[in-house]
Amino acid sequence: MPVQNNRADIRTRLQDLIPKIVLAPSVAAILIFVYGFIVFTGYLSLTDSKMLPSFDFVGFDNYARLFDLPAWNTALINLVIFAALYIAICTVIGLALAILLDQKIRGEGLLRPIYLYPMALSFIVTGTAWKWFLDPGLGLENTMHLWGWTDFQFGWIKDRHMAIYTLVIAAVWQTSGFVMAMFLAGLRGIDNEILKAAQIDGASNFALYRRIVIPLLRPAFLSAFVILFHMAIKSYDLVIALTGGGPGRATELPATFMYSYTFTRNSMGIGAASAVIMLMTVAAIMIPYLYSELGRKEK
Amino acid sequence: MSVASQDTAVKTGGIAKVFIYLILILFALFYLLPLYVMLTNSLKPLSEITGGNMMSLPRDWTIEAWLSAWSTAQVGVSPTGLQPYFVNSILMVVPAVAISTVLGALNGYILTKWRFRGDTLLFGLMLFACFIPFQIVLIPMARILGLLGIAGTTQGLVLVHVVYGIGFSTLYFRNYYASFPTELVRAAMIDGAGFFRIFWRIMLPVSGPIAVVTIIWQFTNIWNDFLFGASFAGLSAMPMTVALNNLVNSSTGVREYNVHFAGAIMAALPTLLVYIVAGRFFVRGLMAGSVKG
Repeated sequence: MPVQNNRADIRTRLQDLIPKIVLAPSVAAILIFVYGFIVFTGYLSLTDSKMLPSFDFVGFDNYARLFDLPAWNTALINLVIFAALYIAICTVIGLALAILLDQKIRGEGLLRPIYLYPMALSFIVTGTAWKWFLDPGLGLENTMHLWGWTDFQFGWIKDRHMAIYTLVIAAVWQTSGFVMAMFLAGLRGIDNEILKAAQIDGASNFALYRRIVIPLLRPAFLSAFVILFHMAIKSYDLVIALTGGGPGRATELPATFMYSYTFTRNSMGIGAASAVIMLMTVAAIMIPYLYSELGRKEK
Repeated sequence: MSVASQDTAVKTGGIAKVFIYLILILFALFYLLPLYVMLTNSLKPLSEITGGNMMSLPRDWTIEAWLSAWSTAQVGVSPTGLQPYFVNSILMVVPAVAISTVLGALNGYILTKWRFRGDTLLFGLMLFACFIPFQIVLIPMARILGLLGIAGTTQGLVLVHVVYGIGFSTLYFRNYYASFPTELVRAAMIDGAGFFRIFWRIMLPVSGPIAVVTIIWQFTNIWNDFLFGASFAGLSAMPMTVALNNLVNSSTGVREYNVHFAGAIMAALPTLLVYIVAGRFFVRGLMAGSVKG
């Protein structure tokens, strides 16, 4: 019997090991390719790397130079404008569409997929379509002229003060349907008994939404904000496809700044520093959010 | 769509209903307009575009632009059309989706049914990896791909997409398996079933829906990726999105807008088809990716 016992013991111990062995490659990949790389980029941001990585330590010089660069400050201001408008408009449109769709609408099954399909497209496709649509000589402006409204002007995409707003238009077009879906799911989860009780008390529809429904949608607001925020910071493809960062540098965002300084302007140290700033911005929002979500699940 | 079909108790009257329909239809037009413009103008000859109205239907219907976009248009330096890049994208997407989905399923299974100390922390690390701005990994990734000798190849891109796709696929499977009764797994263990046997016989047969969600999510993300393709693909492994961007933004010659549109629709077609065929699962994936934990 002891022999068999021993064998069983080895078997259970092996059984205990197998999950860890299977999990190991994924964990190793994440630790190296995500966290190792973050450390590496962080280190490069403290060196005088130019075209190639160098390991000569220069402290926080790159960060000081980064924040002295007009291009970086333009990119930051653009990001603030873009992110604020993008998040706000997507939330307003998404919430409005969700509430309207929730009014026992016939054809909801047809409308919902129409609102949402842009989310399946690449930002490059979206950019290609909107670039043309917004081009004064070809798109909307030209069409209005042909239709007889000859004073109509819409040349934002060629205007260095207005071009950043064209990014907002295209990005809102792509994502607002998704925000609608998040709010609609939230609305469908609300207990109708609460609404009925308020109706018996004589609450108007407006009051019903303002005082009961919208406060109950808090989790959906939070998720929408977090998703839109990290998409705004990561925005790269859309800028490349829609404006190429131009006219001039008018629509440069941190993501495009990082790419051009690292790979075409041979300032890898500065590029790395800008990437670190981007990561820290995302982390400042994501880490508390994920922490609370995971914590809630653990209870 | 994964939302419950319960209707709101709010009542709206007749006139308000008319307004609601009006607004909803206007928004539907807003979302459809760019697709309509691309589609109609891709079927016009170029002369009709530059001289005409983008909203009008073609007078001379032609698929010339589609043929050109597929096989003869100038992409970068060579007049190959988008065809080779479409193939590149397929060769990249299929293995990347397959590998990341299988790994996600195994990881999710382990993190819920074979729990150990620190598993939540590990999962948190994987989850955060989904949301990092990828600019932070571009420089070292370029180095590593070079060291491994797979810079500028499809294998290199597959590796990149698998590594940065594991987080999401693990998230999906973990959340799905978390609601699967652990007692069944325990009972199977007592009966002597091992790790793989339980996975194969008990977990996999119920994993259909979440596998579809994960595959669609990974497929859409990887097909639509531009940043990694532009950074690591070089010329020979260039995926569709990068090729499309080169086609549209190449500065030489006459701008063939009809060809650009045909190309854009080609690049959109695979993900659009998936969305049309399996939209329900697509939405479920979006929601699961947004409401985490």
